[in-house]
Amino acid sequence: MNRSIELHPFVQLTLMRVREFIREPEAVFWALIFPILLAGGLGVAFRSDSPAPVPVVVTSPELASTLVGDPALDVQLADEARAVEALRGGRALLVIEQAADGTAVFRYDESNPEARAARLTANQALQVAAGRIDPVAVQDDLWTETGSRYIDFLIPGLVGMGIMGNAIWGLGFSIVDSRRRKLMKRIVATPMPKHLYLGSFLAWRLMLLPVEVGVPVIFGAIAFGVPVRGGVIDLAMISIVGAFAFAAIGLLIASRARTIEAVSGLMNFVMLPMWILSGVFFSADRFPDAMQPLIRALPLSALIDALRASMLQGTGLVQLWPQLAVLGAWMLVAFAVALRIFRWR
Amino acid sequence: MSDSQIASPLRVRDLRKAYKDVVAVAGIDFEVRPGECFGLLGPNGAGKTTTIEICEGLTPADSGDVEVLGLRWATDAAELRQRLGIQLQETQLAEKLTTLETLTLFRSFFRQGPSPAEALALVQLEEKRDARVGALSGGQKQRLALACALVGDPALLFLDEPTTGLDPQARRQLWDLIEQFKRDGRTILLTTHYMDEAQQLCERVAIMDHGRIIAHGTPRDLIASLGVEHVVAFSTEGHADLQVFETMTGVRSVRGSGDGRAELQVSELHTCVPALLAELGRQGRPLTSLTTHSATLEDVFVSLTGRHLRDE
Repeated sequence: MNRSIELHPFVQLTLMRVREFIREPEAVFWALIFPILLAGGLGVAFRSDSPAPVPVVVTSPELASTLVGDPALDVQLADEARAVEALRGGRALLVIEQAADGTAVFRYDESNPEARAARLTANQALQVAAGRIDPVAVQDDLWTETGSRYIDFLIPGLVGMGIMGNAIWGLGFSIVDSRRRKLMKRIVATPMPKHLYLGSFLAWRLMLLPVEVGVPVIFGAIAFGVPVRGGVIDLAMISIVGAFAFAAIGLLIASRARTIEAVSGLMNFVMLPMWILSGVFFSADRFPDAMQPLIRALPLSALIDALRASMLQGTGLVQLWPQLAVLGAWMLVAFAVALRIFRWR
Repeated sequence: MSDSQIASPLRVRDLRKAYKDVVAVAGIDFEVRPGECFGLLGPNGAGKTTTIEICEGLTPADSGDVEVLGLRWATDAAELRQRLGIQLQETQLAEKLTTLETLTLFRSFFRQGPSPAEALALVQLEEKRDARVGALSGGQKQRLALACALVGDPALLFLDEPTTGLDPQARRQLWDLIEQFKRDGRTILLTTHYMDEAQQLCERVAIMDHGRIIAHGTPRDLIASLGVEHVVAFSTEGHADLQVFETMTGVRSVRGSGDGRAELQVSELHTCVPALLAELGRQGRPLTSLTTHSATLEDVFVSLTGRHLRDE
């Protein structure tokens, strides 16, 4: 029989991955549509054109009339019980009461930066209204350039998180599912070369990558003007290295598990720390200095740092060698270990 | 078949395999002849699947020798994979693929063999070529699994419990297919815990229990070795005295199960049944049921082990 390219086992195995994926509408939703909804939602919530006034509840009408003109504050008058309730429920970030001697008492959560800012603004307004004259003249020069807004920070984070999640979930679930169904055992009972089986997962990841990365990046560019300063080629190279590193990690996670429950637990165990530590939604610099070496060694930190530097600052691949080296090391180590311990049945 | 000149497609000598604390296979020998369907018959847990998976090169043996098509797994695995057709117990193929896509995938692994469409025709699934695997019935899935075993045009076919869990009609359809494979000259090793399946399909069977082969031969010889033609099963109200039946002419053995049910293995129905009825009448134990059947491999198993094949 004539062996056309279409009948090559590698092509057939890769086709199986693609067919299983596109014929599962839920998988397509979570991999492709969900990041857009997330980016859109967060982009709207954190839009930076005009910051929303901070909700403040005041218990005395005098204080209220002093503060009501300040554009940075959304002042409401309420009795003390309702004010405390609003603070607790997050509807107000700051409550201002007036003590018997006229002292203004600020009630707020000190660990919330917005509440601290509201306190400073309210204090300033009260002092100025009472006659304070600032000795130093100031002027605001507002900085709204693209590349420095929250949405600019967020899109590369979501791209990195998507590459990680899709690679780990995609490989983890399909491998363990085919092991559980004994399909893997059945395929291993044929003359199929085993490296083609594993290779087909990588090929499938590569085929999805343009969509996985392209969708949030194009969405960010069109809806919010998020830049790709390093160029599409650099973005693609970083994404490919990242996708291979996480495919290797996914392979390692799935190398022995026999049940979906077991592999789900492992996947969450691996991904959860990175969701928190690797700076997807907020800068990883917020964690203590002692933790920084550990955080920089995580594959998702390396991927997101590289994506951000390339997309937002236009940093070249050569300068990004530490991040790419971290990803490469994860890829090699995870792949080597996975191959050694992989359970084929 | 090009391999029909091999004296024995499968030869197993003193095969042993133990898992942690369970001995699955405790030293068995058998040989499959070219063109025959050889059956491993036994209850669940007898060691049939372990045996067939060792022969398929999926499970390593602890000791013993397995020679497949004149080759050995340790040295010729790649060649053997090309020439064996394997159907595993309980494989669930990818549900999102169509039957034709599934066969195209499996066909791509083998250097020669029928086209995917031809393989589909071999198991009479042509009209389901574009149906998703997930939409097939149990019997159709099993036929597709058979087709996957045939795409490499195998010299030896391994079928592990091919009809377990199927309804009677689907079983019969599968039997017809396996009969057809036999007519095509294929050599088959089959495991089953259905004695009627072994009796219907197999030229020779080995009866396994607790990891050993306790009897082997053609189904006809094994049944003849019982020395009985028929089995009479009956039950009575209360407990009949079974002792007296043991000395009755034509009765070879008596088994009571303690709840009023009993089985007699007899050589002649026409003398034993009237005698049985008369004796029960004398004891004042009315019959609640009475069935007779010709002796089967099941009865061979019962007489060898005292248990039924499908006792849990």
